[in-house]
Amino acid sequence: MSAASQDNAARTGVIARAAIYAVLILFAVYYLLPLYVMLVNSLKPLEEIRQGNMLALPQQWTIAPWLSAWSTAQIGVQPIGLRPYFINSVLMVVPAVFISTMLGAMNGYVLTKWRFRGDSFVFGMMLLACFIPFQIVLIPSARILGLLDLSGTVSGLILIHAVYGLGFTTLFFRNYYEAFPTELVRAAQIDGASFFQIFRRILLPSSGPIIVVTVIWQFTNIWNDFLFGSSFSSVDSIPLTVALNNLVNSSTGVKEYNVHFAGAILAALPTLVVYIVSGRYFVRGLMAGAVKG
Amino acid sequence: MADVTVIVPRRASERRLAIQELIPKLVLAPSFALILLFVYGFILFTIVLSFSGSKLLPDFSTWVGFGNYQRLFAHPNWITALKNLAIFASLYIVICSALGLGLAILLDQKIRGEGALRPIYLYPMALSFIVTGVAWKWFLDPGIGLEHVMHQWGWESFSFRWIKEGKYAIYTIVIAAVWQSSGFVMAMFLAGLRGVDNEVIKAAQIDGASTFTIYRRIIIPLMRPVFLSAFVVLAHLAIKSYDLVVAMTDGGPGTATWTPALFMQKFTFGRNEMGMGASSAIIMMIMIFSIIIPYLYSELRMGRRA
Repeated sequence: MSAASQDNAARTGVIARAAIYAVLILFAVYYLLPLYVMLVNSLKPLEEIRQGNMLALPQQWTIAPWLSAWSTAQIGVQPIGLRPYFINSVLMVVPAVFISTMLGAMNGYVLTKWRFRGDSFVFGMMLLACFIPFQIVLIPSARILGLLDLSGTVSGLILIHAVYGLGFTTLFFRNYYEAFPTELVRAAQIDGASFFQIFRRILLPSSGPIIVVTVIWQFTNIWNDFLFGSSFSSVDSIPLTVALNNLVNSSTGVKEYNVHFAGAILAALPTLVVYIVSGRYFVRGLMAGAVKG
Repeated sequence: MADVTVIVPRRASERRLAIQELIPKLVLAPSFALILLFVYGFILFTIVLSFSGSKLLPDFSTWVGFGNYQRLFAHPNWITALKNLAIFASLYIVICSALGLGLAILLDQKIRGEGALRPIYLYPMALSFIVTGVAWKWFLDPGIGLEHVMHQWGWESFSFRWIKEGKYAIYTIVIAAVWQSSGFVMAMFLAGLRGVDNEVIKAAQIDGASTFTIYRRIIIPLMRPVFLSAFVVLAHLAIKSYDLVVAMTDGGPGTATWTPALFMQKFTFGRNEMGMGASSAIIMMIMIFSIIIPYLYSELRMGRRA
């Protein structure tokens, strides 16, 4: 190869790499744009959004929209802001995540280390449950919540979320424990360790990563749920996503875009923080949910 | 011949062993019972309901056979919903896959700052569809969003009001949905690319194949399992799509952005057509299961063989 053509190749290489970086950065802008729009406009007075430019930084910075979204915005008929709904969501998410994760861990343990006839059938049934369109269970769910006297309560939502999360939590733990050496379990069994002792002393100590993955997955899904929240909640159990939608899509009054944006960020904040703090585990959960086996 | 059952008195340790063997099943039983009732029992309930003449409440005294299904497929709103699903699902799947693969390939070129870019591409997946919907609803709103911005910047003739136009509104939902999910598809492809055997690529390079050829002929064909997984995940998300539509357009303008999930909700709880709502849910389930069951079946079998 002559020196000139080598030089040429190097130059095309540089241009190609510059193009690659340009495309990648362009897409980074695309993904960040809506977040940027929400953030800057949540810090502007309403007039500035209407008159001004959505992409411009605020001329007059204000946190009033945030305060309004949090405690005084009109949602439904009450001017109470998103705070009570935020609390509803927390009260709903924490127990639902805890219950479904715990049951999933036990199920995964049984399905891999205490195999019995028909266990793969049981697992198959639980796995398929992950993918049903929830529309198909809405009507009977409403019925059973009524029968249990849980209609429109946070407890009812906890029950629903815990049950419909079982498939995924079981899947996560089953796949994780599948790779855990069964010999250790057998050895402990011969030494006289009981079912629960083996779980607590042998499997649980090395389950850290999968617990994190499962908790993040469940937390994100349940926090972000809208369908169950909008179907099964009443005035004092409405979760945050439903309240946000009511705030934004209420047909009465002035549309306070800045308050909507502040509210949207408030609703996104918990899952965003989880994602930023433990993105690695978040991605692993997504992958585990997508690539089975 | 008579069967003789001999009952041997069990020793205490044997009894304990039997209990030990029972415990795992007892632990699994509540979860399985819940799934049986809340998933399969409820599906059965809805199937039965879809053959009944239920209106406001479940009504198991009048039966209409396939009448709900006939009315469903004769209803213009359902046809609109199916058309929208076809448009939405195909664009959503194709664009997400193309974008995901493209970005993954670019990110896989030993990029400096990959660690910073990847989370930026992926964070929308952590957001609720309602949040995504709010952001895009106002960003695409002609009054204050993109169109307004362009006018401010002096491009007076710029017009982008798809979200208000029945013919195009469904495409704005595609835009928002692609924004939300494409980063995730990128992560799937990136994991796939990182799993490709380097030896194969080196061999091709020695044979003088260009980078483009290597990707087209060797690497992308190796991504088949990822394409399949991405297809299954995206297709099933598309069929379920509900929250995003509610937040962005609530089905409007008119019925322009109705999807099957929205139809189910509106007919069951808004129009007191529970029988029809149930039948639409059944159709949704058939669509999802016809994609998911073959996939899970093959995945589980492959898992066993490996």
